[in-house]
Amino acid sequence: MTDLPLLTATSLSYAYGRRMACQDVDLEIWPGEVVAIVGESGSGKSTLLGCLSGRLRPDRGHVAYRDRDGAVLDVWAEPEARRRLLMRTDWGMVHQNPRDGLRLRVSAGGNVGERLMAVGARHYGDIRQAAQAWLERVEIDPARVDDLPLAFSGGMQQRLQIARVLVSNPRLVFMDEPTGGLDVSVQARLLDLIRGLSRDLGLSALVVTHDLAVARLLAHRIVVMRGGGIVEHGLTDRVLDDPHHPYTQLLVSSVLPA
Amino acid sequence: MNDAGEPGYNFAYLDESTKRMIRRAILKAIAIPGYQVPFGSREMPLAYGWGTGGIQITAAVIGADDVLKVIDQGADDTTNAVSIRRFFARVAGVETTERTAEASIIQTRHRIPERRLSDGQILVYQVPIPEPLRFIEPRETETRKMHALVEYGAMHVKLYEDVAAHGRITTSYNYPVLVNGRYVMSPSPIPKFDNPKMDMMPALQLFGAGREKRIYAIPPYTPVKSLDFEDHPFSVERSDRPCALCGATDTFLDEIVADDRGGRIFVCSDSDRCGEQRDQVASGDGAAP
Repeated sequence: MTDLPLLTATSLSYAYGRRMACQDVDLEIWPGEVVAIVGESGSGKSTLLGCLSGRLRPDRGHVAYRDRDGAVLDVWAEPEARRRLLMRTDWGMVHQNPRDGLRLRVSAGGNVGERLMAVGARHYGDIRQAAQAWLERVEIDPARVDDLPLAFSGGMQQRLQIARVLVSNPRLVFMDEPTGGLDVSVQARLLDLIRGLSRDLGLSALVVTHDLAVARLLAHRIVVMRGGGIVEHGLTDRVLDDPHHPYTQLLVSSVLPA
Repeated sequence: MNDAGEPGYNFAYLDESTKRMIRRAILKAIAIPGYQVPFGSREMPLAYGWGTGGIQITAAVIGADDVLKVIDQGADDTTNAVSIRRFFARVAGVETTERTAEASIIQTRHRIPERRLSDGQILVYQVPIPEPLRFIEPRETETRKMHALVEYGAMHVKLYEDVAAHGRITTSYNYPVLVNGRYVMSPSPIPKFDNPKMDMMPALQLFGAGREKRIYAIPPYTPVKSLDFEDHPFSVERSDRPCALCGATDTFLDEIVADDRGGRIFVCSDSDRCGEQRDQVASGDGAAP
């Protein structure tokens, strides 16, 4: 851990026409930290994620990223080439629907290897070996390296997507509802896997979720959003056990007891 | 206007301002080797897929004293080649030839002549799909960005898939190349056997895609590298038998059904080269040049 944040967002705003989806949001992500953004649907979670991860240009505000050399980049002022390079090396994006993050007509090995080839890996044997090693880490049988993602179950596709992202050793991973659409037992295993990987690799992650249980399991810190703004943020246990803002109290109390 | 051609038509069919537009695109293409330049492709008196891109380039660069050769899959005597050659003989009144060495412009569909081309010659390719990234990324806006930012990792995903499925790179035609160390380019559906000929070729290579409205080029003496892996290097397939007509062993062969009983022979796809070789054998010269 260093004493400087990895990613700093200052007064980010984004509007769809006249509707503000995201208004004056300030956020910091520190090295090795997992931050969850929670809130009801339409609260601007995914828009904020888009602005932070280089996919949606904010109308106002800045996103600053501290790279491996310690230099601070103003993400949206960098040339597009640099930003896209960042997105496929230092950063990773895990989509809610694995079909958005995978090439479905390319084998599992090709999917995992793509990021390596994108940064210049040109040795087939090495690429394949790395792909198999990563399949194993996300609990997919390495013998299935040549199968198409279409032949995988939903949970396996999601794990494959994670392997595809992590193969390039990113420092910061953005996840949009990583467990949405999976059944509960698969969710639990996937959460366990993500938690283990982020701990082992010292990853920083920003997880968007509407599921407080996911936030409880994964995140060190929680940011609660409503109507495009942050209404409360703090350590996970503090926010969930002692919510201050009325909306957070409503959110926490509205979870159905199992 | 030129008296040599068909009355009522401008020299080489296209009007002068269209030719100028195409020449501008060609000049830009030559200045940026491998980059696909958009151009205002015209309706031509033949169907898309029959060489409308190539024929427009030829029309734009041909002069009254040029000598034209047209090949289709290497042969001078196939339908496409015969009709395009006759087209230019009529609308431009130019001399045509079947001899590679005598031609100043060679329009080709899916082959490069076996004989090494020389300075001053122009090779015009007919291109069906100019975008090498098309099958990986269908969005044109995205592929243009990938070219602009040199994001060619996805191209190797295709080759990776080949090796993963078959143990070697099985792409055997339209094999992607890197031009001048910058742009990944589709060489049009020539067999990969021909790929090495593009590297440092003394002749000017022009590519025209009529339906897709793109022109690209490789200037003379430009490095052209076929994409590959370090542990699966690019290699061309060699036939294990000689040409049944001329006996050449170093050419690209076509399989031809010879009779009604399933008999097949393999002959040179380059009909001019095959003929030369046979003449030489007949005159007692013997070995291949």
